[in-house]
Amino acid sequence: MPPISFTVNGKRETVNVTPDTPLLWVLRDTLGLTGTKFGCGIAQCGACTVHLDGVATRTCVLPVSAVAGKRVTTIEGLSKNRAHAVQRAWIAEDVPQCGYCQSGQIMAAAALLAKNPHPTDADIDTTMTNICRCGTYQRIRAAIHRAAQGA
Amino acid sequence: MSAAQINRREFLEAAGVAGAGLVIGFHLPATGRGRAAAAPFAPNAWLRIGTDESVLVVVDRSEMGQGVTTSLPMLLAEELEADWSKIRIESAPADKAYINPMFGMQGTGGSTSVRAAFTPLRKAGAAAREMLVGAAADTWGVDKSTCRAEQGAVIHTPSNRRLTYGTLAAKAATVPLPHDVPLKDPKDWKILGTRVKRLDSPSKVDGSAVFGIDVKTPGLLVAVVARSPVFGGKVKSFDAAKAKAVPGVRHVVQISSGVAVVADGYWSAKKGRDALAVTWDEGPTGSVSSASISQLFAQQAGQAGAVARHDGDAQGALPGAAAKLDAVYELPYLAHATMEPMNCTAHVRPDGVDIWAPTQFQTGAQGVGAGIGGVPPEKVKVHTTYLGGGFGRRFELDFIQEALETSKATATPVKVIWSREDDIRNAQYRPACLHRLQAGLDASGQPVAWTHRIVAPSIMARVFPDTVKNGLDGEAVEGGVEMPYSVLNVHVDYSLADTGIPVGFWRSVNNSYNGFVVETFIDELASAAKKDPYEYRRDLLGKAPRHLGALNLAASKAGWGTPLPAGRSRGIAVYKSFDSYVAEVAEVSVGSDGTPRVHRVVCAVDCGPVVNPDIVEAQMQSAIVYGLTAALWGEITIDKGRVQQSNFHDYRMLRLAEMPVVEVHIVPSSDAQGGVGEPGTPPIAPAVCNALFALTGKRIRKLPIGKIA
Repeated sequence: MPPISFTVNGKRETVNVTPDTPLLWVLRDTLGLTGTKFGCGIAQCGACTVHLDGVATRTCVLPVSAVAGKRVTTIEGLSKNRAHAVQRAWIAEDVPQCGYCQSGQIMAAAALLAKNPHPTDADIDTTMTNICRCGTYQRIRAAIHRAAQGA
Repeated sequence: MSAAQINRREFLEAAGVAGAGLVIGFHLPATGRGRAAAAPFAPNAWLRIGTDESVLVVVDRSEMGQGVTTSLPMLLAEELEADWSKIRIESAPADKAYINPMFGMQGTGGSTSVRAAFTPLRKAGAAAREMLVGAAADTWGVDKSTCRAEQGAVIHTPSNRRLTYGTLAAKAATVPLPHDVPLKDPKDWKILGTRVKRLDSPSKVDGSAVFGIDVKTPGLLVAVVARSPVFGGKVKSFDAAKAKAVPGVRHVVQISSGVAVVADGYWSAKKGRDALAVTWDEGPTGSVSSASISQLFAQQAGQAGAVARHDGDAQGALPGAAAKLDAVYELPYLAHATMEPMNCTAHVRPDGVDIWAPTQFQTGAQGVGAGIGGVPPEKVKVHTTYLGGGFGRRFELDFIQEALETSKATATPVKVIWSREDDIRNAQYRPACLHRLQAGLDASGQPVAWTHRIVAPSIMARVFPDTVKNGLDGEAVEGGVEMPYSVLNVHVDYSLADTGIPVGFWRSVNNSYNGFVVETFIDELASAAKKDPYEYRRDLLGKAPRHLGALNLAASKAGWGTPLPAGRSRGIAVYKSFDSYVAEVAEVSVGSDGTPRVHRVVCAVDCGPVVNPDIVEAQMQSAIVYGLTAALWGEITIDKGRVQQSNFHDYRMLRLAEMPVVEVHIVPSSDAQGGVGEPGTPPIAPAVCNALFALTGKRIRKLPIGKIA
C-alpha cells in the first residue's frame, strides 16, 4: 500500500491504508477526527460532509486515494472556538437536538454561504439536502439566514 | 408524583449515610464532558460543587435530543439559586440512585424525564441550598434567617457580606441534610419557564460531542456482525477464510446473533463481513410476507378480541342508528432510523466490565453485562454517551449484547458498529396493524355507538410478557381506550397477532397508530354528519377540557374557517398521550403528479407546567417531522421473512425542502404535567390525512399516504 498524503485542517497527513477506504473512515479511525459522522454509507444523508478543496463533499463513498494532494477541512477545523458565523448562528438558534447530523449540516451550510453569502429560501432548499431525524430543519433555515447576517 | 417523592425521601436518607462515596463511578473520560473532580460538596446523587465554583449536575437520563441535559439541570439550579453560567453536566453511571421512579429501572423513555424529576430534582436543589446557607450563617455567626442565596452565593442581608458556593462547599458538606425544605412558588421562578439555552449546543457544533460511535479506548477493535437475513434465523455454519484474508481483520467469532468480524477499523471489519460465507437456518419466519401478515390481520379482525373498554351496548345500538359507518384502517411496520446507527463499545475482563453505549436503558445494559461477564452488577460500569437519536430503539439491548459477547470472545475491547442496512433490517419495528371501526349516528349526526377492534402484534408480549393478561396488552390499546369523545355506547377490543416480526417502542409507541385511527374516524363521523370537523370534535369534548383547550387554541391560531389559497385545505386532530394534550392543524396541497405537500402545521400543546418553552417547541417540531415522515412514506415491508428496505434511498426521510412551517403554541396550564418528547407525533398523520380528505374527498385509511391517485 503506497502511502497517501493530503492536508487535513491545515496539517499535512500521510496514511497507510487500503486505497479504497472511504475518507470518512480514514478521518475517524486513522486520524481520530470523530466529528465527521457515519450515517448511511451511500452518500444519502450527508452526516459525513467535509470540505474538499472548499467544496462540501460526502466522504462515506469517497475513496481516500481520490483525496491525495487535496485539502480537507472537517468540523474540527472549521474555526477556532466555534467562531465561524454558521456555528455562532447554530448556537444562537439552538439548532441541535441529538446533534449527530449537525457536523454535516454545518459543513454544508458553511460551504453554501462561502459561495452564496445571502442565500434565498429556494437556495437553501436546493443545497441543504442532509437528513436530520430530529427535524431541526426549520431552525437550520433560520440559522443560515442569521449567519448570512453575520450571526 | 407521590412515588417519586417517596423514592426521593428514601434516597436523601441513603445519601446522607453514603456521603461522598457516591462520587465513585463518575469517571467518563470518553464522554469529553466535565469530570467530577474531588468535589467537596456532594449532598446527593445529582450535585457536586467544587471549590472552583463549578456546579456539576449529574444527568441521569439519556440525552437523545430531547433536551434533558438542559431541562434537568434547570430544575436543580432553580432551587439551588445557582449561577447558571457555572453549571456543568455529566452523565450518570448505572446506579440504583438513578432509577427512573416512573419505570422502576434506570431508563429514558415514555416522555417521563421531566415529569419524574420535577419534584425530586427541585428538592435536591433546595436541600443543598439550605446547607450552603447554613454553612455561611455558621461562618458569620449569624442567624440563618438573615441570609439569602442568590446567583451561586450566600448573602448576609443586613451586612451585605457574601460568600460564594465554592468557598462554602467544604463546610456545607458537614451541615446535616435538611428534610422537607419548601419549594419555591412558581411565580418566583427565575430559571424554570424561561428559554434557557441548551447546554449541549456548543459541543454539538464543533464536533466535540462524543456519541457512542466516537468512543475511544486503548486497544479498541471494531466489529461488524453478520446476522440472519430472516428474523429468528440461526447460524448453521460459516467459513471465515476469506474474511480473515482481508487486511486488518483480527478475529472472526460466532456470537448469539450471528458472526462477528473484528478488525482494526470499521472499513476492514465491513469488508471482512462482506467476504464471510455464512449458511443460515432460517427458521419458521422464512415463509412470512407482508401479504401473509395482512391476511392474518384480516382473519383475526373477523373474530372478537379481548375487551379493553365496554360502555353501554354498542352492538345493540348500531342497528337502530340513523346512519352507520364501517371502516378498516391499516398501518405498516416502521423502523426508527436514528441518525447514529446502533453501536456499543464493551470491554469484558475477568474482574469487571465496562460498557460505553448510546443507551436509553442503563440498568438493562448493566444486567446484560453482569450476565455475560459473569460478574456482579456493581462490577459493570455503564458509561452513557450522547445518543444520536433514540426514539425507543435504544431501549433495546441487542447491540449491547453483541459488543459484550464479542469482547468476551476476543478478550479485547470491542466496538460493534451497525451499517445503515443492518439498522433498517434488524430493528424492533412499530407494529403493523389493522383496525376495524364501526359507528352509528342519530338523526342529528350525534354518535350513539363506537366500536374499535385493534388487531396488532404486542410489544409487551415480547418485552414484559407477564403484563399481557387474558390476551389483552393494555399498551397496545392506549389512546383507543381513552377515546375522548362523548359517546354513550363504546366497545374497544384487542386481538394479539403474532407474526414473527419483532416489534418495539417507536416514538409515541402504540399511540402512533391509535391516534391516527381515532382521529381519522372521528373526522369520518363529522363528514357523515355534514358538520365542520373542528366544531364536531369541539361539541363532543365537553367532558375533556384539556383536549378542548388545545383544540381551540390550534384552531384559532391556524385561522380555522378562514379562506385559503386555491388548491389548499386544512385538517385537524387532537390527541392525548404521555399526559400531554396536543392539537395540530395541517395545511396541504397536492401536486399535479399526486404528491402531497404539507405547507404549514399549527400545533397547540398543553403539557402542564413548562420547564423550558424553547425545548417544548423544538420537541413539537421534531415529533411532527417524525410522524409526518412516517405518514408520507414510512413503510417496512416483508418478503420471505426479510425486510425489503435497506437504507435512506428506499426508506425515505423528510428533508429540509419538504419541511412545513411549524408553529407551536403552548396552552398556559398549571394542570398535571405531561411529557413533550412524543406527544407531538400522533396527531400529525390524521391532521394531514383529514386535510387531504377535505381537499380531494378521498379518505386515507392506509398508511403511508404515498401519492394521491
